[in-house]
Amino acid sequence: MSLFGLFKPRAATAPVARERLQILLAHERVALGPDNLIAILRDEILATIAKHVEIAPEAVKVTMGQQGAVSTLEIDVDIPTEKITASLARQMPTKAVA
Amino acid sequence: MSKVVVVTSGKGGVGKTTSTAALGAALARSGNRVCVVDFDVGLRNLDLVMGAERRVVYDLINVANGDAKLAQALIRDKRVETLSLLAASQTRDKDALSEEGVARVVAELRGLFDYVLCDSPAGIERGALLAMRFADEAVVVTNPEVSSVRDSDRIIGLLDSKTLRAEQGHRIQKQLLLTRFDAGRASRGEMLGVADVLEILSIPLLGIIPESEEILRASNVGAPITINAATSQAGRSYEDAARRLMGETVPMLVPGEKKSLLNRILGRRAA
Repeated sequence: MSLFGLFKPRAATAPVARERLQILLAHERVALGPDNLIAILRDEILATIAKHVEIAPEAVKVTMGQQGAVSTLEIDVDIPTEKITASLARQMPTKAVA
Repeated sequence: MSKVVVVTSGKGGVGKTTSTAALGAALARSGNRVCVVDFDVGLRNLDLVMGAERRVVYDLINVANGDAKLAQALIRDKRVETLSLLAASQTRDKDALSEEGVARVVAELRGLFDYVLCDSPAGIERGALLAMRFADEAVVVTNPEVSSVRDSDRIIGLLDSKTLRAEQGHRIQKQLLLTRFDAGRASRGEMLGVADVLEILSIPLLGIIPESEEILRASNVGAPITINAATSQAGRSYEDAARRLMGETVPMLVPGEKKSLLNRILGRRAA
C-alpha cells in the first residue's frame, strides 16, 4: 500500500448494496409474493398437461424475468417422447417455450 | 381502544427484543397500560432485558393451554406500574403454542391493556407467524445492512398475507424502525442510508435508532433504555418512535449526525 493510499477515501459500498438489493428483491417479490403467481401458474399448467400426458412435476419450469420495463414469463415443459401417444405427438411440440 | 403491535424482523439480532422493551416502557411512561409479550418459545429473552428473569412463574404457553390464569402469569414492572410482561416458556418446545390458545390470550390482553407488544422470534416459522397473527400493526426492525433489509422485505410480504387482518381483507399498518444506524458511516457511503432502506422497503418510517453503547449498558442491567438512559440519544430516539406509534407527529431527526472536526472548529470560531 502506498503512503497516498492512506489518505485516499475508500470507495463507497452503500450504492452497491442498494443496487444488489433492488435487483434481488425485484425477483424475490415475484417468486415469494403474497399471490405466489409462479407457483399457481406452475401447478395449473402441470394439471392441464397431466390430463393428457403422464408427466413428472419437475418437468414444468416457470420463470419470470424482467428486462427494463418488460416482464417475461417463460414456461418450459419437458415431456419424454415415449409418454406421448402418436396422436398427441402430432398436435403438441415436445418443448413449448412461451 | 386496544392496539396489538408485533415487533418483527425476520433476521435475528437486529434489536427486536431491545426495541420491544424500549417502546413498551416509553408507551407505559406516557400513561398507557402496556403489556409486552415474548413469543420466542424456548429462547425467551424479553424477561432478561426487562430485568424480570427471576420473577417468571407462569408463561404464555401456560396461559394459552389454560394451565394458569392470565393474572397469575403477568409480571408487573417494578419501575413503571402500567407496564407488564408476559414471558415465553423456556422449557417447552415451540409447537406447544396453538393458534387458538394465542387467540384467546391476545383477546384477553386486549381487554386489559392499551398496547400489547408482541416480541416475535427470528425466522419465518410457527412462532414468528403466531406473533404476527392477531396484530393490528407491525413494527419492522431493520439494520441498514443487506441481509436484514432482505429479510424485512420477506416479513413485510408475510404480514400482508398471513395475518388475520390481511386475510380478512384489511390493511395491516407496517412501520420501519431502523436500528444500529451510524449517520457518519452512512454519509461516507459505507452504510445504506435512511432513504435507501425506505425506498427499497417502501413502508413509512417509525424511527431511527443510532448505534449506541447505552443499549448494551441497559441490557446489562436489565432495564429498557427508555428507563435506564431515557435522555441518551438512543433513549430519545425510542421515545420519539413510541410517540409516533401513539399517533403523534414528531419531527424525524437523524440521530448522531455529528459535525466533522473541521466544521466543529469552524463553527466554534464563527459563533
